[in-house]
Amino acid sequence: MKKLINDPHDAVRDSLAGLAAAHPAILKVCFDPVYVMRADAPIQGKVAVISGGGSGHEPMHGGFVGRGMLDAACPGQVFTSPTPDQMEAATCAVNGGAGVLHIVKNYTGDIMNFEMAAELCQSRGIEVRSVVVNDDVAVEDSLYTAGRRGVGTTVLAEKICGAAAARGYDLERVAALGRRVVANGRSMGLALSPCTVPAAGKPGFVLGDDEIEMGIGIHGEPGRKRMPLLPARELVAQMAEAILADLPFREGDRVIAMVNGMGGTPLMELYLVYGELDRLLNARHITPTRSLVGNYITSLEMAGCSITLLKTDDELLSLWDDPVLTPALRWGI
Amino acid sequence: MGDLNVAVTREGVLRWLAVLAQVFAGNREQLTDLDRAIGDADHGINMERGFSAVQAELAANPPADIRAIFQSVAATLIRSVGGAAGPLYGTFFLRAAAACAGKTALGAADVVALFQAGIGGVQQRGKAEPGDKTMLDALLPALDAMRAAEQGGSDIAGILDRGAAAAEAGMLATIPMQARKGRASYLGERSIGHQDPGATSSCLLLQAAARTWRL
Ligand SMILES: Nc1ncnc2c1ncn2[C@@H]1O[C@H](COP(=O)(O)OP(=O)(O)O)[C@@H](O)[C@H]1O
Ligand SMILES: [Mg+2]
Repeated sequence: MKKLINDPHDAVRDSLAGLAAAHPAILKVCFDPVYVMRADAPIQGKVAVISGGGSGHEPMHGGFVGRGMLDAACPGQVFTSPTPDQMEAATCAVNGGAGVLHIVKNYTGDIMNFEMAAELCQSRGIEVRSVVVNDDVAVEDSLYTAGRRGVGTTVLAEKICGAAAARGYDLERVAALGRRVVANGRSMGLALSPCTVPAAGKPGFVLGDDEIEMGIGIHGEPGRKRMPLLPARELVAQMAEAILADLPFREGDRVIAMVNGMGGTPLMELYLVYGELDRLLNARHITPTRSLVGNYITSLEMAGCSITLLKTDDELLSLWDDPVLTPALRWGI
Repeated sequence: MGDLNVAVTREGVLRWLAVLAQVFAGNREQLTDLDRAIGDADHGINMERGFSAVQAELAANPPADIRAIFQSVAATLIRSVGGAAGPLYGTFFLRAAAACAGKTALGAADVVALFQAGIGGVQQRGKAEPGDKTMLDALLPALDAMRAAEQGGSDIAGILDRGAAAAEAGMLATIPMQARKGRASYLGERSIGHQDPGATSSCLLLQAAARTWRL
């Protein structure tokens, strides 16, 4: 294992200390329990939007804390959900009296920890609503599984809910909007190479030189199948077809299209992937009316990418375009 | 003679927890490897972190009685483990604490009641059913076996031996199961053929009790 760390056990803390040092005007980091919060929180009268999840997906979620997006983020250990005391402390710290929305990715651990946190917050008299993101089409959604994983749509939900909260939407409306984003967003990813959790010291899975994992999860969980590496055009087509068929997206739809890097894939390749996606969408008369290309929800140093499509309407688009000032997303300010 | 020889005291409970810290440190790799096959390769790391934090907390703030010990364990696990195992084992000890309210020592029936409450908590928190390939597949057979042993008049050692044996059988029985809960369920049929990490840690928990609480 070759990583720029001091000690595997301190990697998350040390990284958060760096995040705080790099962006003091935007956010601050509290330790014990650990959470990242907006430098100017709480904002009185505004719904606060919080998310959280395992570390190793940076910039998600801490890099999305700031004006127009998240009020706080709760980072767990690498690939391990945060604990209820973190969410409870973060919720109390950013509550501006208008309630708090928890954006939760659909993993058993995240669900149970956020559930316990919500119970603790409600018992303190803070109104909490939760939106669960479950957008990964690689996973079968059935009664016989824990349901679909939450992946790329989380980024879009955090941006759009954050914008709505900044506009003064009340808690119910922000939560409803979050659910609408989840209902209209779909994702799928692939891995070219595995990643190594610092505390584990060895890769989470092994891929042959010419093998990829189609439908990879953001923790290296396997997806649909192992398959040989193909030209990017064919891989993009496989991912996009699975996504388009699932919602389904239809001719005339306008979408926000995200091509996300898993952490170890250069932007050159991500833009190449975006180009293929753009062509495919246009050929289907689906308009990629906004795009986001880069590393937003990563898996440490894993090579690969994911595609997220969100079917939009005027309201979602206008919220998407609202100003945002965070370490990882900033425009309009 | 008397109660001291047939009951688990506060010190006995503390001994079990100390053994658990050793057991999870010693099985860190094994549990993580099992989780690597059908999960995200962190279960052993999570359990070791949790139970070593429990030792630190118990040493720093020694609780007065058995209930307070289990409350402290629950709070520490919930705070330090994360993942699915944190809330599940945290809830186990929270319920175990309630079951031990007012007790200065645990007799045979109390030991069974402790596990019954704890396992009920796991079931309520995780909403898993038998056969879903989770820790419950070790815990529920263990509970049945312990209840039967207690009704049959066994002493604590006998009850826990039966429980540990049933937990081990239940753990092994998870191998051919297809996971329907937790991260492993994402694998569908690919989860078949692997032993569930949580069922394994639950089995270790019972084996440690059986080894420690021999009176
Ligand atoms: N709903 C559930 N009910 C009971 N046990 C569960 C449930 N979901 C997962 N588990 C158990 O948790 C174990 C995984 O724990 P861990 O690896 O620590 O958490 P995570 O899956 O969040 O990484 C599984 O092996 C399984 O036994
Ligand atoms: Mg795990």
